[in-house]
Amino acid sequence: MATQLEPEARDSVDVFREEVRQFIAENFPAELKGKGLSMAGAEGSAKETPAQKAWREAMGERGWGTPTWPKEYGGGGLNRKQAAILNEELARAGAYNPIGGMGVMMFGPTLLEYGSEAQKQEHIPPICRGEIRWCQGYSEPNAGSDLANLQTMAEDKGDHYLVNGQKTWTSGGQWADKCFAIVRTDRSDKHKGISFLLIDMDSPGVEVRPITMISGTSPFCETFFTDVKVPKENLVGEEGQGWTIGKRLLQHERTNLSGAAPGGRSGASLADIAKKYGRTNKDGTLADPVLRDRIADFEIRWTSFLHTARRAVEESKAQGGVSEISSALKKLGTKLGQERAELTIEIMGLQGLGWEGDNFSPVELQGVRAWLYGKATTIYGGSTEIQNNVIAKRVLGMLDHQ
Amino acid sequence: MAVLNEEQEMLRDMAREWATNESPVTEFRKVRASGEPEAFDRTAYATMAEMGWAGIIIPEEHGGSDFGFMSVGLVVEELGKTLTASPLIATTLAASAIILGGSEEQKAKWLPKLASGEAIATLAIDEGPHHAPDAIEASVSGGKLTGAKAFVAEAHGADLFVVAATDGLYLVEKGDGVTLTTRRLTDQRSHADIAFDGAAADKLANGGDDLLDKVLDRARVLTAAEMLGMAQIVFDTTLAYLKQRVQFNQVLSSFQALQHRMADLFADLAQMRSAVEAGLQAIDSGAGVSRAAIVAKAEANRVMHTMSNEGIQLHGGIGMTDEYDIGLYLKRARVLEAAWGTRSYLKNRFATLGGY
Repeated sequence: MATQLEPEARDSVDVFREEVRQFIAENFPAELKGKGLSMAGAEGSAKETPAQKAWREAMGERGWGTPTWPKEYGGGGLNRKQAAILNEELARAGAYNPIGGMGVMMFGPTLLEYGSEAQKQEHIPPICRGEIRWCQGYSEPNAGSDLANLQTMAEDKGDHYLVNGQKTWTSGGQWADKCFAIVRTDRSDKHKGISFLLIDMDSPGVEVRPITMISGTSPFCETFFTDVKVPKENLVGEEGQGWTIGKRLLQHERTNLSGAAPGGRSGASLADIAKKYGRTNKDGTLADPVLRDRIADFEIRWTSFLHTARRAVEESKAQGGVSEISSALKKLGTKLGQERAELTIEIMGLQGLGWEGDNFSPVELQGVRAWLYGKATTIYGGSTEIQNNVIAKRVLGMLDHQ
Repeated sequence: MAVLNEEQEMLRDMAREWATNESPVTEFRKVRASGEPEAFDRTAYATMAEMGWAGIIIPEEHGGSDFGFMSVGLVVEELGKTLTASPLIATTLAASAIILGGSEEQKAKWLPKLASGEAIATLAIDEGPHHAPDAIEASVSGGKLTGAKAFVAEAHGADLFVVAATDGLYLVEKGDGVTLTTRRLTDQRSHADIAFDGAAADKLANGGDDLLDKVLDRARVLTAAEMLGMAQIVFDTTLAYLKQRVQFNQVLSSFQALQHRMADLFADLAQMRSAVEAGLQAIDSGAGVSRAAIVAKAEANRVMHTMSNEGIQLHGGIGMTDEYDIGLYLKRARVLEAAWGTRSYLKNRFATLGGY
C-alpha cells in the first residue's frame, strides 16, 4: 500500500521533482544521453570530453553526485526520498551520475564516520565535485586474505610519518591523486599496530607500476613507497585504530561488489546466444539437449539468486540492519557470474575465445576479456574462502579455526 | 524470510508453537509405528482444521479465511520441520483445483467441508512412478471415470479425489468403482495406487485448458514449502551437532573443512528459501506463476537433496541410526523430490517455457 503523504509533504516532493527536472534540462548535455559513467571514467583512464566535464561540474556544484552526503561538506544533503526522486529523474532523462569511483563508494562514507572535522573539510568536498581520484592501499604481496599481516611501515618522525613498503592490487593507482592506506605503526601487535593514513600519490618516493592481468588490461598497480613523508594530520582516527576503520571501509566495498558479477546479467540471454551460435531444431528448441539442460539449470539458479538479492534488501530494510543472508550474496553472485561467462564462451566455441582481430565481433572480444577478468571477482573484496570463514564464524557461530 | 504482515506472523508463530509442542517428530514416529496405511493422526488433523489451517486459501464465503498461498506456505513449512504427517497439503491442493475450476455448486458442496476438516481430498494425477502429466490415459465416458492412478499421496484418508483424465480434471468421491492398493514408500506416509472402474465423475469445467497446469504449479510450490521446513531443520540440527561433537579434543565446528561445507549449505538454503517464497508470492499475485513454480521446486529439489545427504554425512555413524531423526528427513526428501517433477523434468519444462 502506498504511503499517503500529508498535502504539505506531497507539495514539497512535487516541488523538488520540478527542481530536479529543471536542473537536468538546463545542465545535462544532450550528446551524453543514454551514456553512463564508465569504470574508466570513474578511475580516470579515459579522457574527459568538454560535455562530460560540464556535466560533472554542474552535478558536483549541486552536491547531487553524492546526494545524501551532508551539505556542509559539499554533498547534496538530500533525504532518501529526494535521492530516489533524483535517481528517477536522471534515469527518465537518460542522464547519469557523473561522480563515482572509490572516493564515493568507499572512502568518503568511511571518512565521514571516522575523520576529523579538518579532514572532512579538506577531503570530502573535492570527492563531491569529482575532482580528486582516490585509490586503495590495502593489499600487499604477503597480505592478501591475511590482510592484517601487512608490513608497510609508517615510522613516527615527530611532525610526520616516514612510510616504507609496497602495496599491490592498487586499483587505478596510475591515475589516482591520493591513496587511503592501512599501514603499520607498531610491530608488536598484529591488529592494533595498524593505522589508517592518507597519502598523496605525487609525494616524492611514491612509484606506481601497472600490472598486466590475464585479461590483457592493467586495472591494478603495484605501488612502492620509499621514504615517503606523510604529514601527521593525514592520520585518520587514532594510531592503532586502522584495522577497525579499514574493516568498516571493506563493508562499503562488499556492498558495492555483491552484485558485481561481470557477464552475469548483461546482454543477450544464454538461450539466445546458443540459438545464434549452435544448431536448433525445427521447432526452435536447441538441438543439443545437454547444453539446453545446462542453460536451464543455470537460469533457474540465477533466478533464485536474483530473488535472494531482492530478499536481502527487503529484509535489511524491514529489520533496520544488515540481513544475515547478505553475507552469502557475494559468494553466490560471483560464482554464478563466472559460470555464466564460462557457459557463454563454451556456447560460442572457438569463436568465443578470440583475443583480437576484425574477424571477431566486439561482443565476442569483450566476452573473452570479461570471462578472464571475472576470475578476479571471487578473489577480490574478500575471497570466497574468506566469505566462508565469515559466514561460519559470524553468522553460524562456529568457532575460530585458528 | 520474506517480510510478513501481522496476520502472517501470527499464523506462523501459532504453527511453529503447535508443531514444536504438539506435533514433534515423536508424533510422526507414533504414526509410523501404528502401521496404519492412512498414516496420520485424525485428532491432530481435526485440531489443525479447527485452527483454520485447512481453509487458508479457501474464500470466506465458503468457510475459509482467504489468506492466500504465502500464508498456507508458512504453516506447511513449520509442519515440514517436524515431519508432521497430515493431509493438509493434499486437501489444500484439491481445494485450489475446485476454486480454480469448479462451478458454484461444486464449490458450495466441497469447500466448506474441506475448510472445516470434515472432508479430506487429494490430487490423483500421475499414472506411473514418474511425474508425467502429458501422458494421462484415464478417461471419462458418460460421467464414469476409468483408469489407474499411481502413488497417490494421502489416498487412504481421502473422501474426494481430484482426478486428471484425458479431457480435464474431475471430482470423484471414494466408494463404488474406486479401489486402493497400498504402496508403502520409504517415507512411510500414505500412498496408494488407485483403480477407477466406472466411478462417478463430476468435471471441473470452469478452469480452462490449463487448469491442470495451474494446479500443478501450486502443488510444486506447496511441496517445496514443506521441503523448505525440512531443509531448515536438517541444517539447524547438523550445525548444532557439529557444535557439540568432540573429536581430537576439539568440537567439530572448529574444523575449517566442515565450516566451509556449512557455509555452502547456508548459501544454498538462502537460495532455496528465496525461490520458495517467490513461488508462494507469485501464486498470490498471479504474475509469472508457472516459471516461479518451477524455480521453487527445482531449487527445493537441488538443495534438499544436497542438504539431506550432507546432513547424514556430517552426523557420521549416528546419522545412520533409526533412532536419530536425520534419516527420516532423507527418506521423506526423496519422495518429495519425485513429486510433481524431478529436476530433470522441471528443467525441461523451464526451457520449454523459455522457448528453447
